[in-house]
Amino acid sequence: MHPAGPAAAVIATLWWVLLIGATLIFLFVAGLFAWAWRRPAGPANVRRYVIGLGLAFPLTVLAALLAYGLVVGERLLPRAAPDVVSVTAEARQWAWRFGYDDAPGRETQGILHIPAGRPVDVAITTVDVVHSFWVPRLAGKLDAVPGHVNTLRIEAFAPGRYAGVSAEFSGPGYRAHRFEVIAHDAQGWQAFLTGETP
Amino acid sequence: MNALRRHRALTRIWASDPGWKGWFTTVNHTDLGRMFLATAAFFFVVGGILAMLIRAQLATPRSAFLGPEHYNQIFTMHGTIMMFLFAIPFFEGLAVYLLPKLLGTRDLAFPRLTAYGFWCYVFGGAMMIFALLAGIAPDSGWFMYPPLSSTLGAPGINPDFWLIGITFVEISAISAAVEITVTVLRYRAPGMRLSQMPIFAWYALVTAVMILTGFPPLILGSILLELERAFGMPFFQVAAGGDALLWQHLFWLFGHPEVYIIFLPAAGAISTILPVMARTRLMGYGWIVAAAVSLAVLSFGLWVHHMFTTGIPHMGLAFFSAASTLVAVPTAVQIFAWIGTLATGSPRLHLPMLWLLAFFATFVIGGLTGVMVAIVPFDWQVHDTYFIVAHLHYVLVGGFVFPMLAALYYWMPHFTGRRTYFKLGTTAFWLVFTGFHGTFLLLHWAGLLGMRRRIDSFEPGQGWELINLIASVSGFVMAIGFALVLVDVVVNAMVAIRGSRDPWGAGTLEWAMPTPSAAYNFASLPQVSSRDPLYDTPDLPAQLARGEGYLGDPARNRRETLAIDVASAEPRQIVVFPGNTLLPIWMAAITGLFFLGMLLKTYWLVPISAVGVITCALIWVWSLGRRRPEGRLPVGRGLSLATAAEAADPPGWWGSLFLLLADGTFFGALLFGYAFLWTVAPNWPPPAYAEPGPALLLLVALGAGLALAGPRAGHWVVAVGSLLLGAAGIAALFLVPDPSAHAYDATVWVLVGYGLLHHAVCLLMIAVVAARRRAGHSAATTRGAERVSHLWSRYTALTSLVIAAAVGLPGALT
Repeated sequence: MHPAGPAAAVIATLWWVLLIGATLIFLFVAGLFAWAWRRPAGPANVRRYVIGLGLAFPLTVLAALLAYGLVVGERLLPRAAPDVVSVTAEARQWAWRFGYDDAPGRETQGILHIPAGRPVDVAITTVDVVHSFWVPRLAGKLDAVPGHVNTLRIEAFAPGRYAGVSAEFSGPGYRAHRFEVIAHDAQGWQAFLTGETP
Repeated sequence: MNALRRHRALTRIWASDPGWKGWFTTVNHTDLGRMFLATAAFFFVVGGILAMLIRAQLATPRSAFLGPEHYNQIFTMHGTIMMFLFAIPFFEGLAVYLLPKLLGTRDLAFPRLTAYGFWCYVFGGAMMIFALLAGIAPDSGWFMYPPLSSTLGAPGINPDFWLIGITFVEISAISAAVEITVTVLRYRAPGMRLSQMPIFAWYALVTAVMILTGFPPLILGSILLELERAFGMPFFQVAAGGDALLWQHLFWLFGHPEVYIIFLPAAGAISTILPVMARTRLMGYGWIVAAAVSLAVLSFGLWVHHMFTTGIPHMGLAFFSAASTLVAVPTAVQIFAWIGTLATGSPRLHLPMLWLLAFFATFVIGGLTGVMVAIVPFDWQVHDTYFIVAHLHYVLVGGFVFPMLAALYYWMPHFTGRRTYFKLGTTAFWLVFTGFHGTFLLLHWAGLLGMRRRIDSFEPGQGWELINLIASVSGFVMAIGFALVLVDVVVNAMVAIRGSRDPWGAGTLEWAMPTPSAAYNFASLPQVSSRDPLYDTPDLPAQLARGEGYLGDPARNRRETLAIDVASAEPRQIVVFPGNTLLPIWMAAITGLFFLGMLLKTYWLVPISAVGVITCALIWVWSLGRRRPEGRLPVGRGLSLATAAEAADPPGWWGSLFLLLADGTFFGALLFGYAFLWTVAPNWPPPAYAEPGPALLLLVALGAGLALAGPRAGHWVVAVGSLLLGAAGIAALFLVPDPSAHAYDATVWVLVGYGLLHHAVCLLMIAVVAARRRAGHSAATTRGAERVSHLWSRYTALTSLVIAAAVGLPGALT
């Protein structure tokens, strides 16, 4: 819960909204329950409980929530932009290989280099079983499915090192199926692309 | 005849064999219900022990207690056992025990099928336990994603245990579901209209229909994956036109309805128990029925929410996200109707109510986190982390285990006929409740901190140590609580003092009998005119014992009950049930050999055991009905009815109808898989399509025409049609000789195989009907069997046409 990129930050905000909303609803239901328990026996208005609380209340809350989720989701999609960097990620049991559109032929094992402050599209696939690409502090996760290429948009606010993991169970080596993302400043990124020591 | 002599006569007719032999020959729903519940409880203990091993391993970072090989088997089997060998069978057991008593009848629709399902469950479960003890249990996760679960990721026998063992166990789910559906529709007490059923029967009906439509995609997926593993038919291998995503769709097409298959029976128990505990009646009966039905319908529209991270387009996700959040609405209707029920009454804090309180606290939290993960971007972050682990345990333990414990304590006086005497239950409750929240509440946070599911240990320094230690300690507290519940139940069942007949003051029919219940349930069947018959007629139990209802005279000396008209609830037929028999357990054992042959790849065993199963089935069917019609027989209260064997729509016809519903869903899932591969899988089209010539098409048209000519044309015409269609199917296989070449070829084989299997079944049925006529059965007593046979023939002919189109059209069009 220490977001270091726009996608993770938006999702973190979403989480706090969800947590506060859920807590309020829980307290409301618990309070209503306590009130119903203590209320002396007697007839009650069915429509108030079933239609008011059962139908109208959740429909209102959920409509608002869905709209919010949809807007957030749209913002996280990999849309075309002038400064997008494209990289590839290929998973296998239990390693990651990364390639770079801006430096054809350049490959790295276990470490993904990206420029900080620029959107990066990661084209994810796998050569064996299903895996999932996840850098928790930068963005959500996306699966690597055999025969398919899925594209995930990530971005780091600042240069640094970020831990990444595979997040789909893949057998005995699953725990250690990690990688690392190194976000460079503009100068470092150029140096990396031209083949100097990363 | 006085009440005591009637009791003795009926007991002699209905009782299971005495002693241990009775366990194997019984077909009585009371006994089988108890056996189901006890077996499911045993598997709950096994699953619980596995959970404790998991928590022991994760208590501290870098634990050396278990390596990944063992850990992977343990978490896979924990999920598998809890889902397939505990939750579903526990519902089945409760329904098997309760439904006839709630509905006011003497047994379930097909008593031998109950026994057959139970033994399939026991033998299939034993296979899984053997795998666990031998250290060769499945280890690919309970949802078995290929390619990890296929030959590529798991060349050993481990996944075969899952695919074959669970499919074997699912026979019990399907047979219980058919039975529950027919029982609820046709075996209610006379006069009990659908709108007057006890609410639990509604939930059981909805759940049963969901099982019939939810399980077939899983069974299909398991068969396809096993075919891929055993014979190289590449349904899930991308290089040969398969797609790993197909499994995920089929699995979750089952997997999400499964969650509601588990929750709805629990909700049924809550809707039954809560009003009694609050000394009032259920608020909004019609609304609750509508909510249960809409939950069932909606639950089939949101399987994709388990696949938000698989790269499906965002607008597609938005649809499923909306459906996923929408499912909270009928749930909310039920929750607030229950709160409203509490408000109208004055609740008592007995042990069942205490467990219901635990349900409310836990399930509401689980529901709220469920809405959270239905929001796509949030799911992208927490998918496959401990947030999901925590969420699903809140939903399943809160939404199933706690209400089932309420049900256990509520119906315990009924099971045992004794009063709860020892007070261990309250202590056990607090241990379980606090232990549960101690285990799972903080695990939400571990998930947000990035802790993935299914890792066999973790590194220190990520802020997870304290959370996991607290979770492990609390987990053991919860386990001690569950052990105490077990001790409490056993002790109270053995030594507590006799209790009164209706200890809670409930109004439903199961309390209108002495407890523990007699083998025949009701000495005579009641005429019902409201939802709470015992509130209207407090004297009803005595009236029934005096034989003032239907079928109070045991003079015909056989097991009899009534079948009613579905809508009007007027009594229509006398059903004569079979007596104790070893046939179901034999048939289940031979079915087990069939599955064992496939598991061990000793394929000579497969056809031999198939013949064995068919033989058992023939003996089974042959023993039904009498040669000569009996005409109308008196059933009491001035009414006379014919037996079901002489009716045009016997219960067996209804059973076939609902079995065909499951069968049709299976076929639909197969067509869905075909279309999915065609449109989504990367390596399509295949190198070559099957191109049936005009002769083959003519054969199909002729065969279908004859098979559909139906009853008027006579049996032999239908049989010839079936034979022609079968021949066309075999000819079609020669057009695609190698099923391992491409997923298309493999699919054609499965489609044609499906058709051939059905034609074989239809021909057998026609042969049985013809043989019965030859053996001297009258037209009246074979009428029902004939209609069953026609139903299957017509279904098979129609699906054959669809299969022919699916196989032939691509080649004809290109």
